[in-house]
Amino acid sequence: MKITEQEVRYVADLANLKLAEEEVQRFARDLDGILTYMDKLNELDTSDVEPMAQVLYDAGETATLRGDSERRTLDNETALANAPLPGAGYFKVPKVIER
Amino acid sequence: MEIARLTIDQVRDALASRRVSAVELATEALRFAQAENPKTNAYLHFCPERALQAARRADDRIARGEDPGPLGGVPLAVKDVILTKGVRTTCASRLLARYIPPYDATAVIRLEQAGGVILGKTNCDEFAMGSSNENSAFGPVRNPVDLDRVPGGSSGGSAAAVSQGTAVVALGSDTGGSIRQPASFCGVVGVTPTYGRVSRYGLVAFASSLDHIGPFGKTVKGAATLLQVIAGRDEMDSTSAFAPVPGYVAAMDGNVRGIKIGLPREYFRGLASETGDLIARGVEVLKKLGCQVSDISLPATEYAIPCYYIICTAEASSNLARYDGVRYTTRSRSPESLIDMYRSTRGEGFGAECKRRVMLGTYVLSAGYYDAYYLKAQKVRTLIARDFAEAFRQVDAIVTPVSPFPAFKLGEKVDDPLEMYLSDIYTITGDLAGIPCMSVPCGRTAQGLPVGMQILTNHFDEAGMFRLAGAFEEAGGFTVG
Repeated sequence: MKITEQEVRYVADLANLKLAEEEVQRFARDLDGILTYMDKLNELDTSDVEPMAQVLYDAGETATLRGDSERRTLDNETALANAPLPGAGYFKVPKVIER
Repeated sequence: MEIARLTIDQVRDALASRRVSAVELATEALRFAQAENPKTNAYLHFCPERALQAARRADDRIARGEDPGPLGGVPLAVKDVILTKGVRTTCASRLLARYIPPYDATAVIRLEQAGGVILGKTNCDEFAMGSSNENSAFGPVRNPVDLDRVPGGSSGGSAAAVSQGTAVVALGSDTGGSIRQPASFCGVVGVTPTYGRVSRYGLVAFASSLDHIGPFGKTVKGAATLLQVIAGRDEMDSTSAFAPVPGYVAAMDGNVRGIKIGLPREYFRGLASETGDLIARGVEVLKKLGCQVSDISLPATEYAIPCYYIICTAEASSNLARYDGVRYTTRSRSPESLIDMYRSTRGEGFGAECKRRVMLGTYVLSAGYYDAYYLKAQKVRTLIARDFAEAFRQVDAIVTPVSPFPAFKLGEKVDDPLEMYLSDIYTITGDLAGIPCMSVPCGRTAQGLPVGMQILTNHFDEAGMFRLAGAFEEAGGFTVG
């Protein structure tokens, strides 16, 4: 067993996912199979191999920097246009601070 | 002029000779696409106003005696993970069912500047996660070749629209095969360019070290023309490449004599006979054209799937963290607290495959597991890229199958996620190495199902890939068998 139902609940909390009980069971089964398969990588000795942190980069170190000049960004109304609960120019969320 | 078989060249000729106006063509293309769409569900929604506006611009240019652009008046489709300002973009997810982007993706801006007419947005697997298009929150896409079968995924809608003739060309996105595999299942051309060749500004992120935007076409030239328009450095995407973009269609000169092609042994071992036979016939066509074919080895191939599914799920778990019910997604009703709002919104909003991948990615990145999974996978990725670098010292191009099997039936693999992942074996390696790769049609099985042949070349050598693919098409390779 690579992963228990209890660990699935722990990972779901880390990922901010509310799972139904049958999902916990299903994912424990699925993840166990997939993680077992992933152990295949341990067949390879990679102690001398550099991790591939950059796929491809074809220019100098500072080539992607631009001048520090002001640019237009989204205005307040546009930024809020898709919000499920906007209010007074802000995104509203359930209260987090007790009075 | 048959609308379902239109090519870019035919559109250009028809507009230039004033046989039809771009507005008339767009109107007819929209009518046809809307009438045909219920068969396949390839489009999620249409944007007639935007299409007619683009068509009017093309007509205005023609009326002024100007060139309407390389895509002037061409009706096309855009995968619904690519942002279109003012036009709903859902990523085939319930979470974004009502999302209206406030800006356009760079690729969208460029194709409209080139005269393209966007008819609508195409269906896909939710957040581009899947190999069958069955993970869409808005219903699966059916393969126009056989409506009981899947079109492949995740860009199933774009592939199906081009195959069905409801778009002349289309944009898709590819992270582990999401352009090439549906192209092969639907019998069209699909191209994944070099990593960074096309700006991802406005492409909704799935796995940022693997995501690409790329074109679909009925012909090699169609796909090459669309890539030409969208390729090149964009300062809005710091990962976009500076390398100059050569003329892709001009590179298709038919001269492939002496080109060295490698067939990687690892890709042909245990291959289902019908797919293998068709690819072998395709290779014969390339030999007749004067290509020199030899066996090569890419030894790390068998480690590609675990490597890919660690990296892509890790990156996905991070990229998908933003869908939390605050800024642009739907929100769970009456949450008890802020944390409950996040969790309920995501639990109710994501489909099963997205949840599975977010869970996997969170697990492999979690404390105590990072070195064993993510770091290990990044090292193995180096080995896979090294295999290709070594191979391209010996050969100019690599030819392989795209998928171990042709399009399967809807529902056939939906209960076994690992089996679905394993079917990506031939396409994920190109994404891991960041090299250009494409699927071209290579005949059909006895049941009439299309099979795709994959061509891979070295970084930034899309031109060499198109030259080979164009010569293959010209020699009748699309219809071998």
